[in-house]
Amino acid sequence: MGSTQLPPGTEETLAATTAAAAAPGEPVEMVQLLGPDGTLGSDPVFSDYAKRIDPEKLRVFYTDMARIRRFDQEATALQRQGELALWVPLTGQEAAQIGSAHASQSQDYIFPTYREHGVALVRNVDLAELLKQFRGVSNGGWDPRENNFHLYTLVLAAQTLHAVGYAMGIQRDQKLAAADSTDPKAAVIAYFGDGASSEGDVHESMVFAASYNAPVVFFCQNNHWAISVPTEVQTKVPLANRAKGYGFPGIRVDGNDAIAVHAVTEWALEHAREGRGPVLIEAYTYRVGAHTTADDPTKYRESAEEAAWREKDPLDRLEKYLRTEGLADEAFFDQVKADGDELAKYVRSTTHGLEVPDIRDAFASVYAEQHPLIAEELAWFEEYSAGFESDQEAAN
Amino acid sequence: MATMTIAKAINEGLRASLTNNPKSLLMGEDIGHLGGVYRVTDGLIKEFGDDRVVDTPLAESGIVGTAIGLALRGYSPVCEIQFDGFVYPAFNQITTQLAKIHARSLGKLTVPVVIRIPYGGGIGSIEHHSESPEALFAHTAGLRIISPSNAHDAYWMIQKAIECQDPVIFFEPKRRYWLKGEVDVDNAGLSEDPFKAHVVREGTDATIVAYGPLVPVALAAANAATEDGRSIEVIDLRSISPLDFDTVEASVKKTGRLIVAHEAPTFGGIGGEIAARISERAFLHLEAPVIRVGGFHMPYPVAKVEEDYLPDIDKILEALDRSLSY
Repeated sequence: MGSTQLPPGTEETLAATTAAAAAPGEPVEMVQLLGPDGTLGSDPVFSDYAKRIDPEKLRVFYTDMARIRRFDQEATALQRQGELALWVPLTGQEAAQIGSAHASQSQDYIFPTYREHGVALVRNVDLAELLKQFRGVSNGGWDPRENNFHLYTLVLAAQTLHAVGYAMGIQRDQKLAAADSTDPKAAVIAYFGDGASSEGDVHESMVFAASYNAPVVFFCQNNHWAISVPTEVQTKVPLANRAKGYGFPGIRVDGNDAIAVHAVTEWALEHAREGRGPVLIEAYTYRVGAHTTADDPTKYRESAEEAAWREKDPLDRLEKYLRTEGLADEAFFDQVKADGDELAKYVRSTTHGLEVPDIRDAFASVYAEQHPLIAEELAWFEEYSAGFESDQEAAN
Repeated sequence: MATMTIAKAINEGLRASLTNNPKSLLMGEDIGHLGGVYRVTDGLIKEFGDDRVVDTPLAESGIVGTAIGLALRGYSPVCEIQFDGFVYPAFNQITTQLAKIHARSLGKLTVPVVIRIPYGGGIGSIEHHSESPEALFAHTAGLRIISPSNAHDAYWMIQKAIECQDPVIFFEPKRRYWLKGEVDVDNAGLSEDPFKAHVVREGTDATIVAYGPLVPVALAAANAATEDGRSIEVIDLRSISPLDFDTVEASVKKTGRLIVAHEAPTFGGIGGEIAARISERAFLHLEAPVIRVGGFHMPYPVAKVEEDYLPDIDKILEALDRSLSY
């Protein structure tokens, strides 16, 4: 990795990370600004980026994290009640998602995996629409172009390649654009997890991104567990270090620190938008709950580990900071709680009301252009269905 | 009317698309400076630059996956997979992603990606260079599968594939790359609809259905059968998905007998689908069971014995004899 690609000071951080990689199990350096005790530290590089975050923005971070956690609880409850086929909880990863999403700009396009409910919230996706997939009424749920937030992808890592291709398209658009174009420069974020990092598509996406200097930020949420398999089975080195092998910067950030995540992501997106190529961010975090409502973490991990991570809770630390610094009062926190309850109520009521589609809609969207087999099978289905109706009429 | 090989016709078709559509681009391994291992993209990088004719890293999933991203951004990428047997690393991207994006977005997103795959045997090559995986893709809803058998179709069908808003797998009959034919570059003519089958030889006693590399074999068999006083109709499917059953059905209703020939293994292949469909649609018109002529249920065999594997004139004539004996 060339030092020209990194802001001053980052090399040291990364050198420490690399050194630690030589000794598996040793602590690894990572960018952290807001510690678990709620005090703000400094970083030679990223403090400058953190200074851009004003108190109002910090309150928005907290509000969004609290709202998405409340949403997560509600969705989990809805699954338990049989209202959702499956739920993918995010609790514990709020800072990684809210912090990074707020660093993106509206022209940036985001490719999530399937746990980025917090990113969806920031990108103004209606959370009721987000539940359609889990309710079993849609394989998507929202128009990705409205908020530049792509549909969820369930096949691990497939979207990382789409992100790189999309970023290559942005490069071409910029070349095709008129010299006097005032369109803001754009980048792409590809979200994936530590489990997905083992998939070949992550490797290929990084090769392509590096080859074409694509404006893409790879945002890996290392939540420590790929269902029941720990990160140690996915990698022998810190995931951020892998970037070095592809020739672009990799940064490990405390994923439970919304301020640091925001700062690092903002830097990375600027780096990408300005044509300096891809960046890998490893947000070091923890999935407090299950991988999905279908698994049981007590079967594969120690409760002591969960407890240790709860001490690093992303919401608690920002709350402590806001209170200590006098940036938010009790009324603010009461309001956040009330907003969360309101959101939960909305989610409950809208979930029940999500419309079940007609299978005819599925026939309509298999192909963009007319396809005789679809027409034939739909015609058969119509005739078959009509048979029941005429039976009914006869019975009447 | 120009005369050119199928390889040249595809090259010219790509050139026309690159010229007419500034958002189209080619991508694949060795397609730029080398011009592709079969030189199908020869000279295009000089004409259009390396942004439009992209030599990619050697990674099939990467080629198709990034093409999907480019298509989502409004581009029309044409991917080359170097050989049929190398498409499998991209199988996931093609079947779980490319094929389904339009459906899962309820039509809000289109991914007009074309994947060119030289396919089929008969070139004396080594393992993984001679396969016919079309049924694997035809079974996946959301993909269109087409395969030209002559230069005129090759020229027009590749352009139609690039214009199509659906993903298209374009299977190129590699052992026919050097087959010359007339191309009317001004008029697509009958080829205007790339999804309609063509009756390439009329007859009354039996029908042979084939596509891609086997169309010339089917025609040769039909010609040989005339020596025995038989009048054989030959249909070039041109498109495997959608499959033009109407044209096949009409022919069977005329001849009463159907032979389906393809290089892919007979079991679970396109021939089985055609046989089943025609028995549903035209059972009372059939004078004999539909007979399939295809490959064996084995990995594509080594080149020195591939002649025993491939459907040839004699195998088709044997099938015709069986059919006509009913």
